[in-house]
Formats: sequence, C-alpha cells, structure tokens
Amino acid sequence: MQAVIELAGLGVRFGDREILKDLRVSLSGRTIGLLGPNGAGKSTLIQTLLGFCPVSSGTATILGYDIRSAQRQIRAVVGYMPENDSFVANMTAVSFIRMMGELSGLPPDAALERAHEVLFYVGLGEARYRLLGTYSLGMKQLAKLAQAIVHGPKLLILDEPTNGLDPPARQRMIRLVKEMKDSGEMHLVLCSHLLRDVEETCEEVLILKQGRMVHYANLEEERRANKRFVEVETFGDDSGFAEALTGLGCECAASAGGRIKMVLPVGFEMREIYRLAAERDLQLRRLNYRRDSLEDIFLKAMEV
Amino acid sequence: MAVYKRTYKGYLGDLTPFWMRFLILPRYSFQRLFQSKFLVLFLMACFFYPLGCAGFIYLSHNLSFLKTFNIQAANLLEINSKFFYIFCTVQSTMAYLLTALVGPSLVSPDLVNNALPLYFCRPFSRTEYVLGRMSVLMYLLALITWVPGLILFVIQASLAGWEWTRNNLWIAGAIFLGPLVWNAVLSLIAMAMSAWVKWKIAAGALILAVFFAGAGFGFAINSVMRTNYGTLIDLGQVNNTIWSKLFRLPESSTRIDVVDAWDALAVACLICLWLLFKKVRAFEVVK
Repeated sequence: MQAVIELAGLGVRFGDREILKDLRVSLSGRTIGLLGPNGAGKSTLIQTLLGFCPVSSGTATILGYDIRSAQRQIRAVVGYMPENDSFVANMTAVSFIRMMGELSGLPPDAALERAHEVLFYVGLGEARYRLLGTYSLGMKQLAKLAQAIVHGPKLLILDEPTNGLDPPARQRMIRLVKEMKDSGEMHLVLCSHLLRDVEETCEEVLILKQGRMVHYANLEEERRANKRFVEVETFGDDSGFAEALTGLGCECAASAGGRIKMVLPVGFEMREIYRLAAERDLQLRRLNYRRDSLEDIFLKAMEV
Repeated sequence: MAVYKRTYKGYLGDLTPFWMRFLILPRYSFQRLFQSKFLVLFLMACFFYPLGCAGFIYLSHNLSFLKTFNIQAANLLEINSKFFYIFCTVQSTMAYLLTALVGPSLVSPDLVNNALPLYFCRPFSRTEYVLGRMSVLMYLLALITWVPGLILFVIQASLAGWEWTRNNLWIAGAIFLGPLVWNAVLSLIAMAMSAWVKWKIAAGALILAVFFAGAGFGFAINSVMRTNYGTLIDLGQVNNTIWSKLFRLPESSTRIDVVDAWDALAVACLICLWLLFKKVRAFEVVK
C-alpha cells in the first residue's frame, strides 16, 4: 500500500531554532491524527508538507510526491483547511468557493457547480449568497472546509477543524469528516488538540512533542487487539460465574456491583459467556470491549 | 451533480492549464471593483480628455469645418510628438489617481483576512498571485493611457496619410512604451503599499504620498547638496526625463541623464517587488 505521508528525517529550522527534528514515519491510514501540545510543531509540519516552510534537513513525500521537488503536484491533490480565519470578507461564499475551485484548476462552470454542491454538502446551502464577513465562527469553519474540498482532493488536511465550535457544530463537523472518510475518495489528516475528535475519526495517530515524534499509534490495530479485553456487568447470583470463565481459559477479575473484567484467550467464542450466564440464570446487563483510550496513549507519550 | 444530493463526491472532470490560472484573479477583482459607482464614474471621466483629443484631431483635418468658423489651420496645435506627449502626461495623471483608488483594494483584503494560505495551498504560486493582482491595474491603466493613445495615433495616421505615418511611426512606440513602464511602476508601488499598509484609506494616501514625498525630498537634496541627483527619487521627474527622450522632445528640465532615470525606475520596481515578496506569503514567521 502506498504511503499517504512518508517523513524521512524531516527537519525544519527557523533561524537558530529547530522546530521539527528528524521526523521519520510512514503513514498510510485513511485518517491520520496529528496530536501534540501547543508548540509541538503540528502546524509547522502541515505547513512544511504544503511547501510553506523551507525544509532544512531530510524530506517527505505526500502520495508519492516529494515535497522538495513536486510542490505543484502536491498542492493539486491536497485540500487544506487552516486553523485561523481565512477568507475574503467582501465576497459571497459561493463566489469565494468558486474562485478557490478555479485556482485549483476547475473550469469556471464546473467550479460554480462544485461550489454550490460543497456548500450544500457542508450545510451552508441557504447562506451561500451571504458575504463571508457576515458569517458566524461556525459558518466560517464550514466555509473553510468547503473551499478545501471543492476541487475533490485526494488528501484533506484539517488544522483544528472544531476550534471554537459549539457542541452541535462540532458534532456536525465530525460527522462530515467521518462521511468524507467513509466515502473512500480521500485520505484525511486531522490536527487537533481535542483527543476525542481524533479518537472518533482517526485510524493512525502521530504524537509530536517539542518538534520530535514521541509516539506513533495505529488506533485501528489497537482497537482490534484490545477487543480481547472485555468487561461484563451481571445482575443476580454470580457465584461461580468467574470461576467458570476461568475454566474456559479467561483471566478474570471480579469487582463490586457484579462487574467482571477479563482477558479472553485466543479463539475464545463470545457466545460462551452468554451460555455460561444462561446456565446460571444470570442476567448480563452490559458487555464492553475495554481498551486504552487515546487520552491514556497521549498522556503516556507526554511522559517520554 | 444536482445540488440536492448532499453526499461527498470527488471531482473527475478536466482541469485548466497552470499557465492561465493567474487570469482568474483579475476576473474576480473586476467584479468587486465595478460594484463601486464612484470608480465607474471616475473611469468614465478618464475618457473625456481622449475623446476631446479625438475630436481635435478630426477637426484639425476638416478644413471645411475650420473655414466655417474662420479658423486658420496653422493656428491650431500641431499634431506631433509633443501633442501625444501632453496626451500621455494628462492621462498618466489620471492613471496615478486611479491607482490610488484601485490599488489599496488589491492585496490588503487578502492580508487582512489571512486569505493567502488558501491561495498558496493550491497549485498557484506567489509570482502568479502578484502577476494576477498586478494585471488588474495594468489592464485598467492601459485602458486610459496607451490604448486610447494608440487609437488617437491611428486616427491621426488615417487622416494625415501614409507620409505622416511613415515619418512618425516611432511616436506609436513611445505612446506604448512610455505609459506601459509608468503603469508598471504605479502598479508595483500600489501593490507594495497595499501589502504593507492593510488599512485601505491609509494605503491610498501612502500611494499618493510616495510621489509627493519623493518630489519634496528630491528638491531638498538638490538644494542642500547642490546636485541634480536628488531628482532620482522624484519618480514624476524621472518619468518625465524618460518620456522626453522617448517623445524626442528638446532637453528635459530635470537635467538628469536618461540612463540614470531608467536605473532609478528599475531600482524603484525592485524595491517594490522585494517589499511585496516579504509580505505576500502563506504565513509569517514571528521573530
């Protein structure tokens, strides 16, 4: 599988200050999360990939294009939603998005059609003839998303897409990100402080700290691996239930409230749990796959 | 795809060639600019003098009309290089005012609203951006300077005959080159000011001030240092020197060498380009 982003010893320096140091990783997931505390270099990494910052050492490739030699090709296949407000206040949304589409290479007629289409898609259909300067913060975020997808990029880079959004607007943005991911037509890079946003949407996570890569996690694989950790909550007389599970090869730890945490052995069929419960006339009120949360992973990475 | 289908879909159609994308910016800029009634009225006013000149050229060749009003053709201003020089000077003054009106709205709105990252994350370079924005002014200024100038030349040539045209063809070159260079200088100064002073009114005032300040400082330097080189920072005089040479007029009153004048304009353009490229970038590194 071709790597979406491949960092090969990438370094960026502003004057004497080293902002990114020897980043090496190959990312090929459908959605890639970029995490790190303030000043970790997330935005600089994005800007370097887009060719805004000069590379001081190493290199990187995006969808096979080298950022040092093929910037135009990279920009043709990338959509970028910046963190800060970026728009032209005295233009209507449809006119602005159309212009951005044309700058990406769409013919005028196709750009106009796509502008209407993406504005409806992001939920600004009714407000598309309003001046961008009159938009609320949430609407501006959606307009930024619309301009990033108007030309149908193969890679969409979202820098803090849920910044400043109220809960419903955040939910809408996350839903759009998931939909675009599921469409299978593009890869996404999501840069965010909000672990929940990344956890909800991303398959791979790169954690940066002080310009260095401190952790890489393939959440999708970990999710699959962690399916073997199960927590059940029972109601009724559960004496002997844990022992029965242990007899089937599970490692069990019973706790108050009828809760039992267990590690399932390889090849264990889940229906065995239901069968044992049924034999004891025991109600199973809840059954969860427990796994390390992204917060656990992030905090561990920050301790490095 | 119809707009009611609200699912994401990629774009699979044709793309325009890279080289023509800088032409997109002027199209959108004109849409915005011509929403201003004042600008439209001013632009119309810029055509009064060329229309007057066209009428004058026509009448000066219409002996029956002159006889009707008992006017001797010899008493009229001769249509020669000086006539076109005056025409270009008047129109370049209008161009200067038009630049102060239009220039500030070219780059500053993009900088104020931080729109530059959106331009440059696309297959669209800083050079193309500057070219695109500059072409807005170049089109407008051409429309009131060398384009009507050449039309007047064609009118005169058609009325005066082949002999006059053959002997004065170089005037057409001067009409084209002189204003073209001046328009380029004006455009670059306007864009540089617009990039550095984001407040449009202040940028407009600064564009005007550049020329007045240059004239004032140039005069002061000449007076204090007892030299003529102070004139090199007075861009109006520098341009006057170049045009005098282009239109083959008698010695210019500025007394600076025409090569020095060209150098001064080139330096002014380079400074403007440097200022522009310092500001026109996707992001700023804050030291």
